[in-house]
Amino acid sequence: MSHLVPLPVIIPLLGAALTLMMARAPRAQRAVSVIALTATLVVAAALLAVTFVEGPQVVAVGGWAPPLGIVLVADKLAALMLVVSAAVTLCVLVYSIGQGLADGSDETPLSIYHPTYLVLTAGVTNAFLSGDLFNLYVGFEVLLVASYVLLTLGSTENRIRAGTTYVVVSLLSSVIFLSALGLVYASTGTLNMAQLAGRFDELPDNLRLILQGMLLLAFGIKAAVFPLSAWLPDSYPTAPAPVTAVFAGLLTKVGVYAIIRTETLLFPDGRITDVLMVIALLTMVVGILGAVAQSDIKRLLSFTLISHIGYMVFGVALTSVSGLSGAIFYIAHHITIQTALFLAAGLVERRGGTTSLERLGGLARVAPLLSVLFFVPALNLAGIPPFSGFLGKLGLLQAGVDDAGPLAWVVVAGGVLTSLLTLYAIGRVWNLAFWRAPHPDVPRDEAEAEAEPEQSTPMLPKLMVAPTCALVAFSVALTFVAGPLFEFTSEAAEDLLTRTPYIEAVFPDGAP
Amino acid sequence: MTPNLVYVIVIGVLFGAGVSLLLERTLTRVLIGVILLGNGVNVLILMGGMPGTPPIVGETAQDRMSDSLPQAMILTAIVITLGITAFLLALAYRSWQLLGHDEVQDDAEDRRIMDLAERDEGPHAKEHDSDDPPTPVDDVAPGRAGR
Repeated sequence: MSHLVPLPVIIPLLGAALTLMMARAPRAQRAVSVIALTATLVVAAALLAVTFVEGPQVVAVGGWAPPLGIVLVADKLAALMLVVSAAVTLCVLVYSIGQGLADGSDETPLSIYHPTYLVLTAGVTNAFLSGDLFNLYVGFEVLLVASYVLLTLGSTENRIRAGTTYVVVSLLSSVIFLSALGLVYASTGTLNMAQLAGRFDELPDNLRLILQGMLLLAFGIKAAVFPLSAWLPDSYPTAPAPVTAVFAGLLTKVGVYAIIRTETLLFPDGRITDVLMVIALLTMVVGILGAVAQSDIKRLLSFTLISHIGYMVFGVALTSVSGLSGAIFYIAHHITIQTALFLAAGLVERRGGTTSLERLGGLARVAPLLSVLFFVPALNLAGIPPFSGFLGKLGLLQAGVDDAGPLAWVVVAGGVLTSLLTLYAIGRVWNLAFWRAPHPDVPRDEAEAEAEPEQSTPMLPKLMVAPTCALVAFSVALTFVAGPLFEFTSEAAEDLLTRTPYIEAVFPDGAP
Repeated sequence: MTPNLVYVIVIGVLFGAGVSLLLERTLTRVLIGVILLGNGVNVLILMGGMPGTPPIVGETAQDRMSDSLPQAMILTAIVITLGITAFLLALAYRSWQLLGHDEVQDDAEDRRIMDLAERDEGPHAKEHDSDDPPTPVDDVAPGRAGR
């Protein structure tokens, strides 16, 4: 079944080419993008089933056998990431189509939106599937360049300002990544990850540490872990709502995925786990303190995004099956939740005219459905018991307790504190934007809308509400399938830690 | 293989110049910095491969062939840098169109918080309009406004 493996990259790219040719036919563009992403989702789901039954699937691109050619590898972790990301991108696409239709921007300059969005998807899937470090770099670049375009769509003053920071910081991380690749190739003579796994063991310790540090630095900027995260809350909130949602959900997670992949496959000795623990703790606490201080929903959510990356890094730092399994579960949960929250924030902006907490108010009475759509993922993010956020955090914290090191205990305490502070930050949003009476100096048009609540419902286009509902439902469904999902992530984590399933899938006759 | 000293010096100079240009406020200089850094990385990758004669089977003995993989990687990297250069130029031009300069600006919210800190007020001490347009950089000395 390995012929399925390249499809999640090829289908969106093909869709991008088609939509680019149809720049003058927005309706056809929309149809092609939806079909392409639906097909990607179907293929990803099939891949998930196949990897679950048969183990990792490998394709040698162009028929060049590894280590000569580039390989695409779909193991359990990659397949799970593919499914979640495909589902999320599809929902966000439908949402953005709904927004575009509602704004009547049928033939505005945004004909570039669909091709870019599909290229972004292809970059993400390529990064997940890549079994070669250089191809991983190419995947990153593809998704980054697409994200530059999406972030500066319309090139208004604000977006140019935010985009500049984002582009320069991303370029810096790319330069670091590329020089790390140069050094890796110079010292080992290969970039095939399965082959590198063996070759790295033969390198001197200090050289390996330098390479590990450089790769971590590059991925850390992309994943927005604490000292490298300052770019994120500056740049994300200015983009259009669906773009912010997909960035927040996916792009940082690609960085986390790369960290997991390299830490487990290439550097399994766990020599810097203590450093990772400290980074995880700082990311969690500093991020959430930033969130508490914000007065704008989108910025607040950006800070919670940074903060919760810390949980995933914590899971990686534990280097135990339960820790990694918790981290993978948490990624799947967090992609869904964070995207759903940003989509809901987009709806809030549409309904209330702003995302500033100082101006919003009374949304719970005016827009009950919207309130539910925000409330459920918000509680989920904070980790209130029945939801998957609680289960994911519980898994991670249990793994931390099992580790029983003094540092792990400190991070566990930090994790609980972060969870409480998330609840506080989210509670503030709820109180100010939804619960309290409408603010006295709301803009006039809003006041009018509130005067006739019956007429306010059509303000939210169905095509925007429906995907948000779908994502929220998906996140709630994660709670119900948490048992089997945890089993699956445990197996994925075991595969990652033993390394042999991955290496044997690429080199059935042993690594050269 | 021992590294060639000339390569090492070239890489060092390119990286040094690139990094110091990256720290500038003007996007055009940042762009030049990025180009220099990109070329530095390319030389770095080139240094990682085996030097030798063209790797053509039948013309060159196998042990004297150069390693062609780094060159392929450099080609990819050059194409990516080219695209990004074009994008950054467009960004700088647009910034110049809108604002009359191409300086990398402070985040509006950061600026607001810095102002609050200067006046010794918390973020909720007073109702504040967060939709303030970003203040133009001109009224702050560029060096000081950095982090």
